Amino acid sequence: MTALGPAPVRLPVGRATRRRSQALLALSPTWGLALPAAALSGIGLLLVWSATRNEPGSTLPQRQALSVGIGFVLMWAVSRIDLRVLRAYVPVLYLLGLAGLVAVLTPLGRTVNGSHAWIVFGDGFQFQPSEIAKAAMVLALATALGEPRDGERRPGAGAVLLALGLAALPVGLIALQPDYGTALVFLVVTVGVIAVSGAPKRWFAAFAAAGAAVLFLVWRLDLIRPYQLQRLMVLADPDADPMGMGYNATQARIAIGSGGLLGKGLFQGEQTAGHFVPEQHTDFIFTVAGEELGFVGAACVILLMLALLWRGLWIAAKSPTPFGTAVAGGVVCWLAFQTFVNVGMTMGLLPVAGLPLPFVSYGGSATISSLVAVGLLAAVNRRTRSPG
Amino acid sequence: MRRSAHRGRLTLVFVVVTALMLTLLGRLWHLQVVTGPSYVKAATEARVRSVVLPPVRGQILDVNGRPLVANETKPQVSVDYMALIHQPDGGKDVLTRLAAALGRPYQEIADRARLCGRDVPRPCWPGSPYQPIVVADDVSVRTALWIAERQSEFPGVSTALRPVRTYPLGSAGAHMLGYLQPPSPDDPAGGRELIGRDGLEAEYDRELSGRTGIRQMAVDSTGKVTGLVREEAAVAGDTLVTSIDARVQETAERALARAVTAARKRGEPADSGAAVVLEAKTGRVTAIANYPTYDPGVWAEGISQRDYENLPLVSAAVQGQWPPGSTWKVTSTAAAAKAGYSLRASYDCPGGYKIGGRVFHNFESAELGRMDMHQALVVSCDTIFYRFAEKMWLRDGGLAPVKRPKDPMRAMAEEFGFGTATGVDLPHEAAGRVPGRAWKKANWERTRADSCRRAKTGYPEMTDRKRAAYLKAIAADNCRSGGVWWAGDAANFSIGQGDVLVTPLQLARGYAALANGGKVFSPRIGKRIVRPDGTVVRTITPPVVGKVGASRKTLRFIRDALADVPRSGTAAGAFDGYAFERLPIAGKTGTAEAYGRQDTSWFASFGPLKKPKYVVVVVVSQGGTGGSTAAPAAREIWEGIAALSHDRKKHKKDGRR
Repeated sequence: MTALGPAPVRLPVGRATRRRSQALLALSPTWGLALPAAALSGIGLLLVWSATRNEPGSTLPQRQALSVGIGFVLMWAVSRIDLRVLRAYVPVLYLLGLAGLVAVLTPLGRTVNGSHAWIVFGDGFQFQPSEIAKAAMVLALATALGEPRDGERRPGAGAVLLALGLAALPVGLIALQPDYGTALVFLVVTVGVIAVSGAPKRWFAAFAAAGAAVLFLVWRLDLIRPYQLQRLMVLADPDADPMGMGYNATQARIAIGSGGLLGKGLFQGEQTAGHFVPEQHTDFIFTVAGEELGFVGAACVILLMLALLWRGLWIAAKSPTPFGTAVAGGVVCWLAFQTFVNVGMTMGLLPVAGLPLPFVSYGGSATISSLVAVGLLAAVNRRTRSPG
Repeated sequence: MRRSAHRGRLTLVFVVVTALMLTLLGRLWHLQVVTGPSYVKAATEARVRSVVLPPVRGQILDVNGRPLVANETKPQVSVDYMALIHQPDGGKDVLTRLAAALGRPYQEIADRARLCGRDVPRPCWPGSPYQPIVVADDVSVRTALWIAERQSEFPGVSTALRPVRTYPLGSAGAHMLGYLQPPSPDDPAGGRELIGRDGLEAEYDRELSGRTGIRQMAVDSTGKVTGLVREEAAVAGDTLVTSIDARVQETAERALARAVTAARKRGEPADSGAAVVLEAKTGRVTAIANYPTYDPGVWAEGISQRDYENLPLVSAAVQGQWPPGSTWKVTSTAAAAKAGYSLRASYDCPGGYKIGGRVFHNFESAELGRMDMHQALVVSCDTIFYRFAEKMWLRDGGLAPVKRPKDPMRAMAEEFGFGTATGVDLPHEAAGRVPGRAWKKANWERTRADSCRRAKTGYPEMTDRKRAAYLKAIAADNCRSGGVWWAGDAANFSIGQGDVLVTPLQLARGYAALANGGKVFSPRIGKRIVRPDGTVVRTITPPVVGKVGASRKTLRFIRDALADVPRSGTAAGAFDGYAFERLPIAGKTGTAEAYGRQDTSWFASFGPLKKPKYVVVVVVSQGGTGGSTAAPAAREIWEGIAALSHDRKKHKKDGRR
């Protein structure tokens, strides 16, 4: 357990020093969250600007700046909320999230880039309910699993089944859109929260078996769609079809690879300027980092994310309540999985899936929901600092 | 306790999360640092579109500046793959309209415009998607203009002019001029669109081809040009000025074709032939005609495999080899003189001469009585030469040769340049053959195993039983013993029969040496390489590669003797009525016999007598006697030259000024 967290709580030093270090710690967890989040958001803004620099009259950087601003305000606000108060409102939030997902399937919903995942209000204001639902979902799962009954050390079978039921509804609704990438994030978060809550190991054996069964059924019943199969094939050999399905993957790898160690310089990327990578300001934003900032800059993005994730885990470990641990663990799983899938896809490690890179990709809903997630981590941390 | 359970799970999450991020870092390092350079290259390829600017290939001109090979531009239609795939329907609409405009089925155009891939059958485009894809290259100028004027209807379609070789003389000199073909895929020098494959096009390919230019343009992902990166203009190829006279060339082609037709009318097979005209004093080539020939225009439009296989691509003038027959007596006479025989002495010319138990006959066994060598050449007596050959053979030791046989006739033939390729500026030249003791022995050893096999099995595949029996007997003979240079071989050699082989070009340069006093040239067709701006890059002079070791007196004697051949000798019939006073010429007929084939008809000549300027050699394979087939063709060529001599004098005066 010593591997966890960047700093030990107890320091074998004198009283005054301890007080000062405690003051530093009191400050640092929040800054340890806010600083990486701010840095990633700032880098994201620059990259969105760079990716759209050749589109005259584009307001995308300004819109993204607005989203980041709103996100930070919400993050601060969420971090001020007492967890106990928040927990009382979890059912309301969860139902609101579900309502959003249902609304998408009604005539209110719009299709953007092949996914029927958007709700549009009036002129140009649109949001993605599935992004908002992520936070609500983490809280709902934590509520279900973070309240072991008296005398129990870990959630019982009832709690786990309740959690699975709570997860099944949004996952099903999102799969109907269809947005399998986001649905997968929900599943991973669910498994993550169940794991962090300390549920018995046999559950995970059951999950693994269920997963294998689903894969088997998908394969046997030909449920996989041709384009999805092609995405998988392209992953194995992107050059098989460089102008068709492999185009995104190939162009993304070329953009990143051509960046080299030090990159071509911000706003200097020729592949970016020529719009060779489709969806570059959203899902493929990491290619801009790769080309223009090189290995040094792109690695910084990954390391900043890692710093944030470590801080989140440290907060989870320090949380005095199982609820706080579950919330923090869920947020970490969410951000980590989404980052891995997104960056892995741009580098040809994983098939192309439409998931944004948290904080960095253009997109109001995703940016705000990621920052709210950081706010949740800060709120858990506040509980840690002033227990009782 | 519970807390530690939580922490255990959190540690697991920590490990997984850290491992995932480290995986990303490792992949990033691999992509950007380890394999980065290859992606830099790929990025450049995707971003920069290179358009090859083909240079204009140099012309090939005749001695008076008339084009033998020129250029013409033809329109072609190309499509831009990247522009098409970015259209909403993938370019289907545009291609449909284009197909209609070209009057072709849509599928044909669409097939040519798709990229080759693992599962794509031909036709398809094997090149880069950033290069213009040619979908039609036989478009009329009107159609091309019609398309070019409607760019808004045909986005992504472009028209361009493609240079095509043209041949103002038609099929004349086709073998000599050669042709262009795309480089083979495994050619290391590939990349250029077309390279010279035969004739002068191949021999002077470097000079003619010029330098390919390149225009590199920066493009965005839709193929829109955003700027010019680099442009290197194409450098036009140099012009090759030849010593060919188009008028003589055309005359030679016509005369040869007529001789072949006439021979066929007389029932001869006359399967092929050649006519060569050389400048006697310089070794330059004035005309090289071949029969059969073909229209070189077939190369410009692309040619099917079947048509290609049926093209007569072998040049009889430099690749064809035949025994020279009596035209060879020139070297034998010179050899006899050098060996000490008086040319003015009187020799008996019986109808037959017995060597080693076998009688060697004159042509048609004619008894011609006593004569000097002058007359022997004029009437083409064989038996005198048989005697010379036998005596020389005996002097060299006969069947038990001395250590260093003098072999005067073979030595003289080699001095005249026979037995070695002339080194003319044409590819695939044959070397001919001057046989002797060493050659016969080597040849026997090479073929002995086969002879012994044939001696046993015979020739069961042959329907002609008499011939099969004859061949079997010869094979048995060759198996037991062979490789011996008999007196009969020497006799056959002396009159240009047996195993002697010459090419028409070799015979022409041999007669040029006779005419010019003994200089043996390596003939050249190219005369000057000239830049498009007119400056001369280099002048080509036929080098002198040998000297005939016969005295000037001997050569003059032979020339004088040959002067009577067309007047009163074996070619008198062919030159009946020829205006000798206008352009006096001398020549020698040749009728080379071969077992199982019709005679090869030769006529080798030079003129004018006093200061010989040209050599004209004509051969018609299986064309009958030299006097009946080849000599009339030579006469026609000489008459053509005579008709031009007035113009030429004028041209010379201009040149001096």
